[in-house]
Amino acid sequence: MASEAVYSHRDPMLKKRDDFEDILEERRNCSDLRYALKCYTPVVYKGLTPCKAGVLKNMVLQSDQLHYVINQVSKETGKAPEDVQEEASAILEEMAHRMQLSTVRFFAFTLCKVFKTLFRSICVNEEGIQRLQQAIQEHPVVLLPSHRSYMDFLLMSYILFTYDLALPVIAAGMDFMGMKIVGEMLRMSGAFFIRRSFGGDKLYWAVFSEYVKTILKNGLAPVEFFLEGTRSRTAKSLTPKLGLLNIVMDPFLKGEVFDINVVPVSISYERILEETLYARELLGVPKPKESTSGLFKARRVLSEDYGSIHVYFGQPVSVRSLAEGRVNRCQFNLTPRHIPKRPSDDVHSFVNAAAYRLVRAQEENMVLKPWVLLASLLLQNHHQDLDQDRAAGPERGMGLDELTEEALWLRDVCRQYGAFLHWPDHVPPSEVVSSSLDLHRGLVRISEGRVRLAVEHAAGPSGPGVHPGAGPEEQLLNQAVVVLSCASYRNQALHVFLRPALLASAMHIATSSNKQEVFNSFSFLRNMFSNEFILCPGATMQDFEEACFLLVKTGVLQITEQEVLSTHRGHRTLAFLTRMMDPFLQGYQVICMFLCEEASEALTEKTFIPAVRGFMVKQLLSGRLRYTEVLSSDLQKNALAALLRLGAVLKTKGADQTTLKVNRVMVNSLEDTLGGKLPTQKAAVARL
Amino acid sequence: MASNSSGGSSDRQRIAQQRLSIIAGHLQRPEDGEWAIGAEECKAQGSKPNVSSKGRTVPRRRQEIMKWNGWGYVDSKFQFNKKGQAEFTGKRYRLSGMVMPALKEWFESTFGASLQHKTPASAIPNSSAVQPPILNEAFVEDLKSTGIPFSQDAEDRVFRAHGHCLHEIFALREGKVGRVPDMVVWPSNHNDVVKIVELACKHNVCLIPYGGGTSVSSALECPPEETRTIVSVDTSQMNRILWIDEKNLTAHVEAGIVGQELERLLNESGYCTGHEPDSMEFSSLGGWVATRASGMKKNIYGNIEDLVVHIRMVTPQGVIEKSCQGPRMSTGPDIHHFILGSEGTLGVVTEVTMKIRPMPEYQKYGSVVFPNFEQGVACLREVLTLITNVFAGHALKPQKFYITKFKGFDPNRLCVATLLFEGDRERVLQHEKQVYDIAAKFGGLAAGEDNGQRGYMLTFVIAYLRDLGMDYYVIGESFETSVPWDRVLDICRNVKERIIRECKERGVQFPPLSTCRVTQTYDAGACVYFYFAFNYRGLSDPVHVYEQVEHAARDEILANGGSLSHHHGVGKLRKEWMRETVSRVGMGMLKSVKDYVDPGNIFGNRNLL
Repeated sequence: MASEAVYSHRDPMLKKRDDFEDILEERRNCSDLRYALKCYTPVVYKGLTPCKAGVLKNMVLQSDQLHYVINQVSKETGKAPEDVQEEASAILEEMAHRMQLSTVRFFAFTLCKVFKTLFRSICVNEEGIQRLQQAIQEHPVVLLPSHRSYMDFLLMSYILFTYDLALPVIAAGMDFMGMKIVGEMLRMSGAFFIRRSFGGDKLYWAVFSEYVKTILKNGLAPVEFFLEGTRSRTAKSLTPKLGLLNIVMDPFLKGEVFDINVVPVSISYERILEETLYARELLGVPKPKESTSGLFKARRVLSEDYGSIHVYFGQPVSVRSLAEGRVNRCQFNLTPRHIPKRPSDDVHSFVNAAAYRLVRAQEENMVLKPWVLLASLLLQNHHQDLDQDRAAGPERGMGLDELTEEALWLRDVCRQYGAFLHWPDHVPPSEVVSSSLDLHRGLVRISEGRVRLAVEHAAGPSGPGVHPGAGPEEQLLNQAVVVLSCASYRNQALHVFLRPALLASAMHIATSSNKQEVFNSFSFLRNMFSNEFILCPGATMQDFEEACFLLVKTGVLQITEQEVLSTHRGHRTLAFLTRMMDPFLQGYQVICMFLCEEASEALTEKTFIPAVRGFMVKQLLSGRLRYTEVLSSDLQKNALAALLRLGAVLKTKGADQTTLKVNRVMVNSLEDTLGGKLPTQKAAVARL
Repeated sequence: MASNSSGGSSDRQRIAQQRLSIIAGHLQRPEDGEWAIGAEECKAQGSKPNVSSKGRTVPRRRQEIMKWNGWGYVDSKFQFNKKGQAEFTGKRYRLSGMVMPALKEWFESTFGASLQHKTPASAIPNSSAVQPPILNEAFVEDLKSTGIPFSQDAEDRVFRAHGHCLHEIFALREGKVGRVPDMVVWPSNHNDVVKIVELACKHNVCLIPYGGGTSVSSALECPPEETRTIVSVDTSQMNRILWIDEKNLTAHVEAGIVGQELERLLNESGYCTGHEPDSMEFSSLGGWVATRASGMKKNIYGNIEDLVVHIRMVTPQGVIEKSCQGPRMSTGPDIHHFILGSEGTLGVVTEVTMKIRPMPEYQKYGSVVFPNFEQGVACLREVLTLITNVFAGHALKPQKFYITKFKGFDPNRLCVATLLFEGDRERVLQHEKQVYDIAAKFGGLAAGEDNGQRGYMLTFVIAYLRDLGMDYYVIGESFETSVPWDRVLDICRNVKERIIRECKERGVQFPPLSTCRVTQTYDAGACVYFYFAFNYRGLSDPVHVYEQVEHAARDEILANGGSLSHHHGVGKLRKEWMRETVSRVGMGMLKSVKDYVDPGNIFGNRNLL
C-alpha cells in the first residue's frame, strides 16, 4: 500500500483529547444557593483597565470610527450630525449588555435546578478550562460555541461561572429581546442584542462593530458568538457566517492588539430539547416567535430525560498564527484605520478559511453518543425496508442482536476515522444499545425483538402547521418528523464519514475505476454539496487524499497509480457510506427534476420552497421517491444555493420579488451527473 | 535646582523638586559641583559631550584612540570595579570617573546576569586571522605616484571592515574577521578623491567610502563575494571648514569632518549647525548625507536634508553638483535626493555647504514625568500641534535607570520626557511655560532640569553600555522606525510583545529587555526606538538568535505601519525589505540611477539595492 507513504496524514485515531468532568455531580451534593452566592473572582486580561458599562458606551460613541460614519451619514442624509449621534446613541442603548453579577447569580441558581432535572450530567473538559483561563490572561478572547439549542449560551455562561472564569458578552439575536423580562435578564447576564439583518444600515453596522471591538480590544470580557449564525436544526454544522468574525479579527489585522485567542467550543447534546420542534420547522411549520410564555409552555419538556451534555473547550487558536503568511497586514498602512473599508480579497478569503477551520474544530470535538450510530443504522434500515417493500411485513426493522452487531462494527469504523465517540467500553454492548434506545424511545418502536423507526403512528398529535386535509399527506409528514429527528442524530456523525462517503459515492457514479475519473466525480460531488456540508474552500485535493487515506488504511480500497479499486471486505463499508449520501444525492436530483419539469416562469425565491415541497410530496406519495428526508427545507435551501452558485439558476431582482430563472440544460445535466448517468467531465463543461 | 516657576501649581512643583533632589542621588554627583546646572548662558560646552578643546582631528590610525572592537574611545568604558560597583572610566564625559551603584542592581535584575559569569573579549586584534590583501599592483603603482597616503596594515584594514551592528562587534570580540578591505587610502581633499575614483575605474577596483564608521546597517561590511581589490576610502583627513558665509548663514565644509569637530569649529566663530545625531562624536558629515541622518534637535534645526544647501560628490561618471547655492530650486527632481541616502553606492561625498545658525542665546533643559507612556505620547503630540519647532523632546519609556520613584506613579509604568529649549531667553521661557502647561493636562509633572540634562547626556553614553553587557553574556541593540501618530502606541506594544515572544520561542532562557522610546516628533508622526537585549547564557548561537528576533521585530514594525528606517539606513541588513518599501517601480528607478552613475559597480559595497 504505497499510498500510505504518499499521504502524510496524521492518523486520526491518534488524536488526543482531554477527559471530562461532570459539573452537575457536585451540584447534586451541596447547596445550590451557596453555589450561586459563591465568591466569584475571575482572572482577567493582563492589559485590562476595568471600566463601567457607561464608560464603555462613551468609548464607543467617542470613537473616531463612529465619528467618521456619523459625519458621513449626516452628509448623505442631510440630517444634523447631532441627530445622527442621537440615533447612534439609541442604537447602542438598544444593543448594549448590562452585565450584573446578581442576575448572573440568579441564573446560576435557577439553571442549577433546571439542569439537574433535565440532564444526567454536564461534562466539561477541565484541561480546556485551564487553557481558556490562560488564554484570557494573555490576549483578548473570542468564544465560539457550536449552536444546536437555545440552551447553548446559558449553558456557556453557567459553566464559566462555575469555573470562576470571566463571563462573556454574547451576541444574541434581537428576537430574544422581545421576551419581556427574560430579554432584560439575559441582557443583565451579558447578552447584547443585534438585529437579524441590517445590511445597508451603515450607522447600525458602525455602532455594532465598534461596540464589539471596544470590548475586545480592551479585553473587557470574552466576546461570544455563534459562527453558524443560528441554531442548526439539522445538527449538521452550518456554513459559517463571516460578519462577526470579520469584526473580531479586525483589531488584530490593524495592529490594535497583539493577538486574539479564538476558542472553539463544541457542545453536544445526547438528546436535543428542540428535537421534534426542529423537524417540524424543517417541514414548513414556521419557527415560533420567542416569547416568555412559550418558554413556560416548554415546561412539559422539564419532565423528560435528556441524557447528558458534553462541552469541549477546544485548543485556543491564535489569530496571529492563523494569519501568518496569509494576510499582508501592510495593506492597512495607507488609509487611516478608522475609515471603514470593505475587507480586501485576501482578508475575505483568510477570514472565510479561518471560519471553516474553526467550524471543523468544533465538529472534531463533538462527542458522539452510541445513539448516533444506532440512528444512522436504523435510518438506513428503514429505507432498505421501503426499497424492498416490506415496510409493513414482519421482517421489517432490525433484530436487536443484528443492530448491536452492526453498531459495534460501525463503532470500530468510527474510531478508525478519528471520531470522538463516547461508547462505554466497560458496559456490555447490548446494554449500551438498549439504554440508548430507551432514552430515545419516542423515535423507535421495539416489538418482538425487532427495532424500527416509529413511523406509522407519528409522535404526538399533528402540530398546527401540518396541514390537516388529505390523510396520506398528513401521515407522510408525521413520518417525516420522525425520520428528520432521527436524521439529525445521524447528522452529528456526518463530518466523520463525509469525505470517505463522498469518495464512495464518487466511485458509484463514476463510469470507471480510473483514478482521475473517480477524482473528477469526487470533485463534482464536493462542489455540488459544499453548501450542504462543511467543506473547506479550495481543499478538494486534501479532502480526496484524506478520504483515500482512511479507506486504504481500513482495507476498504486499494489505490494504484491508475485505479481506485474496492476490496472484497470493503464492500460493507462502501455500501454503508453510499447509503449515507443517498438521501442527499436523491434530494438534489429531485430538486433538479422539479426545476426542469415543473418550475414555472414565475418561480420566485419565496415560492421555491413550498413549490418544491409540493412536488416532492407528490413524488413520495406516488412511490417514485423513497427518502422522506428530502422534505427538509434545509436541504432544499442548500440545493438552491448550490445551483445559484454554479449558475444553473439565476436570480433576477424584480420590483418587489426576486424571480428564479432556470437554465434547464445545465440543471438537467447536473441531475444526470448526480444520478451517474453522465460522466463528470461533461457536467464540468456545462458549468462553464 | 533651577527655576521652574512657570506653569501649573508652583506648590506641586516645589514638592516635586524636593523629591527630585532625592532621586538625583541615584546617579552620584561628583563633588566639584559641575553638575549644578541651571539655565545657563549658552557656551560651547552646553550639552555637548566634553570635547577636548585641543583641535584634534581623527587620526589615521584610529585604533590609537578608539576601540577596535567596541564603541567609542579606548579610555572610556563602563566596568564593574572591585567592589562590584559600576563606574565609567576616563575623563571625557560628565559621567567619567563616577560610580553608579544602582547600575549593578538594574543590570542583574533586568537580565538575570551575574558578575560571576564573564565573557571577556579577545584583547588584541589577531593579525594572523586577517586574510592577506588582494592587491591590484597596477592600481597600487598609480596610487603611489599620486602621493595620497595609503596603508595595507592589517589593523587599519580590520578597523574599516565593520560598523557597529551587534554581529559585527560580537565577531570582533571573538577575534573573528571576515572579508576586510585590502587597503585604506586617506584623501585629504576633493581632488584626491577625484584621482582615486579615476584610478579605481581605470583598474577596476572596488571602493568603499568610510566616514565615521558608526553604521548600524551592515553598510560597511565588505561583500564576501567581492574578488576585486577593495579599497576603503577613509575621508577623515578631509576635515576642514573651507569657508563661512555670514551673510547667507552657510558654511562650506569638507565631508570627512566629524560632528563634534564641526560644532566645535563653528562654535569658535559663534555658530552652530544644530545637527546632533547620537553618534555625533564620531559620525561624519559625508556619512550623514549618505544615510539621511537625523539629529535630536531636528525640531529646531531640521534633518540633514533640510540643512544641506549644496553637495559635491565624486562618482565614476564624474563630479555631480548644482551650479549655484540658491536656497530652493524647481529644476526637476532634486538631484540632492539621489545623493542623500545613497549609502556609498554612487560615489564619495567630498564637500557640503550647510546652513548654520548663530549659537542660541539661551538653552534650558527640562523634563516631565508622566504616569504612563500613553499619556506621554499624547502630550508630545499635543505639544507639537500647538507649538512647532521650538522644542526637542524625548519620551522615554520606563527609565528605571535614573528615575525610579515618583509620587503616585507606578514605577513600572511611569515615563519621562526630556526637553531642551533653545533660542532667545524670552521665547525659551515662554515656550517652556506652554509645554509644562500642556504636560500638566496629561498628568505630567515637571521633573526638573537635572533629569532632563541627564537623559540628554545618556544618549551619548548608552552605546558604551552595550560593551559592558557583552562582557557578561548580555547582547543587544537598538533599532528605529518612523510611524504615524495614531499607530505609535500600537506599534510599541506589538513590537515589544513580538520580541518577547520570539525570544521565548527561540529558547532564550531569561526574559529579554524589550522597551522603546519616542525620540523624534513630526507633525505627521514620530520616530520610535526599540531597545532589545537579553542574557544569552545557554544559547549556542546567540547572534543568530538575536538576528532572527530583530528580523521578526522588523516584520512586525512594517506590519504595523512603521517604516523600514527613520535614519539608520538600509545598508545590507534591511535590503530584503526595500522592494516592498519603495515598490517595484521605485526599485527600478534607483537601479537605473546606479546603472548610469556606476556601471562598473566601482562603489561595490552592495548596500540598498
